[in-house]
Amino acid sequence: MKLPFGLPREEFLLPGHTACPGCGATIALRIVMKALGPRTVFVIPACCSTVIQGIFPGSSFAVPVVNIPFEAAAAVAAGVSAALEQLGEKDFSVVAWAGDGGTFDIGLQALSGAAERNDNILYICYDNEMYSNTGIQRSSATPIGAWTTTTPTGKREHKKDLLRIVSAHHVPYAATATIAFPKDLYEKVRKARQIRGFKFLHILTPCPVGWRFDASKTVEISRLAVQTGYWALYEIEHGKLRISPAFTPYLDKSRRKPIDEFLKHQLRFRTMTPELKAELERAIEEGIERLKREAELV
Amino acid sequence: MSTEILNGNHTAAYAAFLCDVDVVAAYPITPQTPVVELIAEFVESGRLKARFIRVESEHSAMSVCVGAAFAGARTFTATASQGLALMHEVLHWAAGARLPIVMCNVNRALGSPWSIWADYSDSAAQRDTGWLQVYCKDNQEILDSVIQGYRISEDSRVLLPVMVCYEGFILSHTYMPVHLPPREEILDYAPKKKPSWALNFDAPYTHGNLVLPVHFQHLRRQMHEAMQMARKVIVEAVDEFRKRFGRFHGALVETYQMEDAEHAIVSIGSLGAESFLAVDLLREEGLRVGAVRVRFYRPFPSEELRQLLKEVHSVTVFDRFASYGKGGMLSVEVRDALFELEDPPAVHGYIVGLGGVDVPYTVLADFVRRTVKDYAKVKRREEVIML
Repeated sequence: MKLPFGLPREEFLLPGHTACPGCGATIALRIVMKALGPRTVFVIPACCSTVIQGIFPGSSFAVPVVNIPFEAAAAVAAGVSAALEQLGEKDFSVVAWAGDGGTFDIGLQALSGAAERNDNILYICYDNEMYSNTGIQRSSATPIGAWTTTTPTGKREHKKDLLRIVSAHHVPYAATATIAFPKDLYEKVRKARQIRGFKFLHILTPCPVGWRFDASKTVEISRLAVQTGYWALYEIEHGKLRISPAFTPYLDKSRRKPIDEFLKHQLRFRTMTPELKAELERAIEEGIERLKREAELV
Repeated sequence: MSTEILNGNHTAAYAAFLCDVDVVAAYPITPQTPVVELIAEFVESGRLKARFIRVESEHSAMSVCVGAAFAGARTFTATASQGLALMHEVLHWAAGARLPIVMCNVNRALGSPWSIWADYSDSAAQRDTGWLQVYCKDNQEILDSVIQGYRISEDSRVLLPVMVCYEGFILSHTYMPVHLPPREEILDYAPKKKPSWALNFDAPYTHGNLVLPVHFQHLRRQMHEAMQMARKVIVEAVDEFRKRFGRFHGALVETYQMEDAEHAIVSIGSLGAESFLAVDLLREEGLRVGAVRVRFYRPFPSEELRQLLKEVHSVTVFDRFASYGKGGMLSVEVRDALFELEDPPAVHGYIVGLGGVDVPYTVLADFVRRTVKDYAKVKRREEVIML
């Protein structure tokens, strides 16, 4: 018997993990682990998942895990993958599982190196749009207008467009996902697993603690991110951009919910000025138009 | 066995080749670059069946090595100076995770200002990362130390990484005859060993997650014990090496004319080779001088130095690195090793050869004469010498 959305029943994230209630990253992790199965190595830099896996001698991961320094995820994963291949292992996945701080900021150089070399790894950035493990500081993934402890009056700059930076390395596969669409996420991981070379997955994972919303609303916030166009679902396979079916309806502006639907639940946007909100809306609109052009839908 | 005329860097590449490494990750830096170039040739010509990952930084070089070693592969890299400094964080990680990696470091001064020439400021600054450190006096010792390094590093009683250090240009670009044993004989001496905890899908472990303070301290104590145990493993490894290949560069130290010495020179690296020449010169003048070359700086040969130096009147220590605000790092540690002696000898420390300043044996002899003249009055001395 399968779970809803056709997800397999077998769990690789064991009970007893130490994530916060309502943690979006943990939901993503559970789905990703189901998609990858037992022959998977997780390489984890400093991030929330350093904590989520639990304290020695325990571990909530039922697959091998290597914990490594903050900026080293892509390089260590490349080393694990090359070594396993060299030692004759077949049919396995090596995943770099990193937060946005470890991906957008401090780990970007190693990520770029591994992407350009087309190392045979799956790099997954679970993006909660801030340094949440250290207690909510801005990262270059933090959206414009958002409060963090280091942007107390709201961030003035746009979020970095990471997927395009990665796909500019001519990688075979790059995609976005979010937890409210588990089947979409699951299938993207399954697809990435079959591709040889560098695969990149960017998952939006709402964080109740950092985004300041009720822990029962994590999935709802994730869904609203897609429905308002804040988070587009798409994939770029060998340079070919394809809009994911779950996002197709929202290419049409009239079917999109107003951005306020996404922002209003999150106290991090409480002090957002009308100017910054207008700038966010403009960027969303521009981003979706660009996606449509690149997907050759217009 | 074949003999080739090789520079130090090509010797290091041959060593990796002969040890049949599985994964190499490296980034070019003067004066290490020829190591990487020759390994690339070995791999691309198919002579070495290894994965060579041309990383975008030394931080990533050591990170790739960490990942590969976790998977149980025999792993090699080489670097120098700024590159080693950039690796610093990952060096701690490699040792803390008890990964048997062997790395060559081509000693070069750290900036600022820029220097491409030799001193030990790069590797000395990594003294406390938990790596074994061996310093070579010639190219043959580079080859033999890498081979011994894998045997020591992969020994289940040690499981710590090994850094094989040799000076930029002085050894890295100087050609010497090097005896290359056949690969089968080397692999019989240092067979590849996979640690019991290497990544295994059937027995999944989580490596390096958060530990509580009491566990952390326990793990660090084990690391220190492994380093202490390495003393014994080093002695076994060099004895076996001598039996099989007929060569001996010393275990933790190499000595020269120490049997009847009244005065001693202690130094490290190629200065050690110079110090042996200084001994010959001084003995011709009638001074009973001997020399000790510190081969392994970690684990530090305290007991060996105590035994060798307990009867001498004076010790002249030549350092090629400095701890600013204290003095020569080697002379500090030599004094510490001799502290337990009832009547320790005078220890005169000289910091020489920084940033590649040439230090011929005649200069070393000058300082020994000075020590011999005034050791009775001057128990300790710390000086930076301008040549």
